Amino acid sequence: MDPLSTVEIIIRILVQLSPVWTSLIFLYALSIAFKRRLGLYGKLFDSPIGMIGFALVMFWVFAGIYGAMDMIVTHDELSQVSGMKNKIPGTPLRSPEEGEYQWYLLGGDNLARDVFSRLIKGAWEVIKIAPMAAVFAFMVGITLGLPAGYYGGKLDTFLSFLANLILAFPVILLFYLLVTPEIVQSGVPNYMAMVLFVFPIIFLAVLLNSRFHTRPSLRTPLLIGVLGLAIWLYLQLVSNGGYLIRTADYSIYGLPRVLDFFDIDPGLLVVFVSVVFVNSPTVFRIVRGLTMDIKTRDYVAAAQTRGEGPWYIMLWEILPNARGPLIVDFCLRIGYTTILLGTLGFFGLGLAPESPDWGSTINDGRKLLSIYLHPALPPALALLSLVLGLNLLADGLREESLKD
Amino acid sequence: MGLFILRRLSVMIFTALCLTFIVFFLTNLDANLEKLAKTQGNMRMSDAEVTSWLDKNGYSQPTVIKYGQWLGVFPGWTRTVENEVTGRCISGPVSPEDAAMAPTFCGIIQGDWGYSTVFRDEVSTIVGKRLSLTGRLMFWVLVLMVPSALLIGVLAGMREGTLTDRSLSTVSILTTATPEYVSGVIFIAIFTSSAVGLKWFKGTATSAMDNPTFENFFLPVLTIALYGMGYIARMTRASMTEVMTAQYIRTARLKGVSFYNIVVKHALRNALIAPFTVIMLQFPWLLNGVVIVETLFNYKGFGWVLVQAAGNNDIELLLAVSVVSVVVVLLTQLISDIGYVYLNPRIRIS
Repeated sequence: MDPLSTVEIIIRILVQLSPVWTSLIFLYALSIAFKRRLGLYGKLFDSPIGMIGFALVMFWVFAGIYGAMDMIVTHDELSQVSGMKNKIPGTPLRSPEEGEYQWYLLGGDNLARDVFSRLIKGAWEVIKIAPMAAVFAFMVGITLGLPAGYYGGKLDTFLSFLANLILAFPVILLFYLLVTPEIVQSGVPNYMAMVLFVFPIIFLAVLLNSRFHTRPSLRTPLLIGVLGLAIWLYLQLVSNGGYLIRTADYSIYGLPRVLDFFDIDPGLLVVFVSVVFVNSPTVFRIVRGLTMDIKTRDYVAAAQTRGEGPWYIMLWEILPNARGPLIVDFCLRIGYTTILLGTLGFFGLGLAPESPDWGSTINDGRKLLSIYLHPALPPALALLSLVLGLNLLADGLREESLKD
Repeated sequence: MGLFILRRLSVMIFTALCLTFIVFFLTNLDANLEKLAKTQGNMRMSDAEVTSWLDKNGYSQPTVIKYGQWLGVFPGWTRTVENEVTGRCISGPVSPEDAAMAPTFCGIIQGDWGYSTVFRDEVSTIVGKRLSLTGRLMFWVLVLMVPSALLIGVLAGMREGTLTDRSLSTVSILTTATPEYVSGVIFIAIFTSSAVGLKWFKGTATSAMDNPTFENFFLPVLTIALYGMGYIARMTRASMTEVMTAQYIRTARLKGVSFYNIVVKHALRNALIAPFTVIMLQFPWLLNGVVIVETLFNYKGFGWVLVQAAGNNDIELLLAVSVVSVVVVLLTQLISDIGYVYLNPRIRIS
C-alpha cells in the first residue's frame, strides 16, 4: 500500500463524510423550500452569515451523531494499531485485517490511534454535553432571573449578590476546585446536581400552573402527568445505582434500580454540573435585565390590570417578549460551553484520560507540536469552526430578529 | 461619591470573605485532606496514620475554626507533646517558654499568608514573585489589545455596512471564537515548529521570565490579546455605529465638517465610553487566558502557580491565589463603575 497524496486524503475524507453532506443538503433544501412558514428559523435563511453559521453548526451536529452511531469513523477511537505512532496523514496500515479501513486518513497520534476517528468521536462529546448544559443554565437563569427582575427589592439584591459571587470566581480556579476525583468522592457534585436539576421542574410546574390554574379540570391531570414524568427523569438523573449520594462515610438511598433506566458516569456529571453552574449567573443577569426593561411596557400593565398573577405575567407576557436576545445568547452560550469543555479537557480535568474530546486531544498533541502538527491541529480547527459557526449563527439571528 | 465607594468596598470585602470560605471549604473536604496528608507524608499511609498526621498539623479542627485562624481572628492552634510545642504560629517544635513568646494570632490580617506545602516557601514571596511576572505579561497584553481593538472597532463602526465594516467584523467574530488553547496551538504550529519551517518565534516563553525579547514573548502576548480583542472591538463598533447616527453628527456633517474631523473630534469621545467598561470587565477573562497561556508556553507566572497549587491541594497557596484573583476582579468592577460615572456625566449615582 502506498501512502495517500493530499488530494486523495481530501477526497477520501469527503467521501467518508457523505452521510453528513446528504443530511445537510436535505436539511437546507427542506428549510429553504418552507422558509416562509418557519418563523425566525426560516428567516435565518435570508441572511448569508446566518446560513454559513448554521451550516457549520449542523455539520458538526450531524458528524457527532453519525459518529456516535459508528458511521463515519474509520477505526475504533481507543484502539492502538502497531506501527502507526505519530504517522503522517494518509499512512496505510501495516497489516490491515479483512474489511478494515486501510489508511489513517489524518495520521496517528502519539499512542498510535486514528486522529480522524477521534476527531469525529470528539464532536459527539461536545454535542451531547454543550446544548444540554446551555438548556439547564437557561432554566436556572430564567427561573431565578424573572422574579429578581420583576419583584426587585431584597430578593433581587440577594440573588444578584449570589450571581456576582460566582462570577467573581475565576472559572479555571472553580474547575480545579470542583472537577477533581476527591470532590466527586465527597459527593459535592451530586448535591449540586440535585439543586440545579430541580429548576427545570419548578419552571415547568409554574409555567403550566400559571396558565391553566383557572381550569382545574385540565390543569390537575396535566400537571400530574408532566411533573410525574419530569420528577421521574430527575430522579433517574440524580440517582446512581440506587443511591442519591454514596460516599465512604454515608449514603442516601434514591430511586430503586428497577425504575432507573440510565446512570450518568460521575465524571461526566461533575463536568456537566460545573459547566451549568458557571453559566447560569450570566443567564440570570441577562434575564433580570430584560425583565426589568420589559416590565414597564403597556402590555404588562394591561395584564396587571386584568388581574393576572405575577407568575403568569413573568412567564407568559415577559418571557416570550424577551425571546430574541435570549435565543441569540443561547447560541453564544453553547459556543462558550464548548470552549469551557475544551478548557476542561485541556487541563485534563473530569473527562477520562483517553477520552477523544477535543480539549484533551489538543493537550496531548501540543507536546509534540514542534515535530508533528497533525494530532493537535484537526481538533483545534474543529473546535474553532464549531464555535465560529455558533457565533455566526447568533449574529445572523440577531440581524434577522432586529428586522421585525 | 465617597459613600458609594465605601458601600462598594464593604460589599467587596464581604464577597471576598464568602469566596475564600468556599475555597477553604472545598480544599478542606476530607478526601482532599487525605490526599494532602499522603502527598506530604507518604503515599502508603494507613487511615490511622493519615488521621494522626492531620491531627498533628492542625487540620482536624472544624472548618470554621481553621478559617478563622487563617483569617487571623481566632488564635492559632497549639499542641503540646512531651514538652515540645508545635503550632500554627510557631515554626518547628519549640519549648513551652519559646512558644509563649510567639504571637497568638497569625492570619492574613496580621500579614501572614502561610506556608506553601508544594514550593516549601512563604506564600507571600511566591505570590509576589509570580504576580510580577504575570504583571509584565498583562501589561504587554493590554498594550497590544486595547489600541488595536479600539482601532478595529472605530474603523468598522464609522461607516456601517461597508466592505471594511464587514471584513473587520468577521475578523472580530473569528477572534472571539478562538479560545487561547486553540490560537496558541495554531500559532505554535505555524511560527515555531520545524514541520512548517518558519521558526520566527520560540515555542516556549520560559526564557522570557528572565529576559523577555520579542522572539520569546510575542506569541503568548498575542494569544491572550486576540481572544479579548474581538469582543472589545465588537462593543466599540456597536457604540460607534450608534454615535454615528446621532443628531449632532448629522449637524456637523451638514455644517461641512470633514469626515476625518467628525470621527476624531465629535464621535470618538462619546463612542469610547461603553468600551471602557467592557475593557475593565475583561480582566476576569484575561485571568483565564493567563492560566491557559502560561501552561501552554510554560511561563511560570501566577496562572502556573494556580495550576500547581490546585493540582496539589496546596491549601494556603490556593487561598492566596484566590484572594488575589477575586480582589483583581472586584477592583476592576469598582473602577469600571466609577470610571463610567466619571466619563458619562448623564449618569448620577443614587
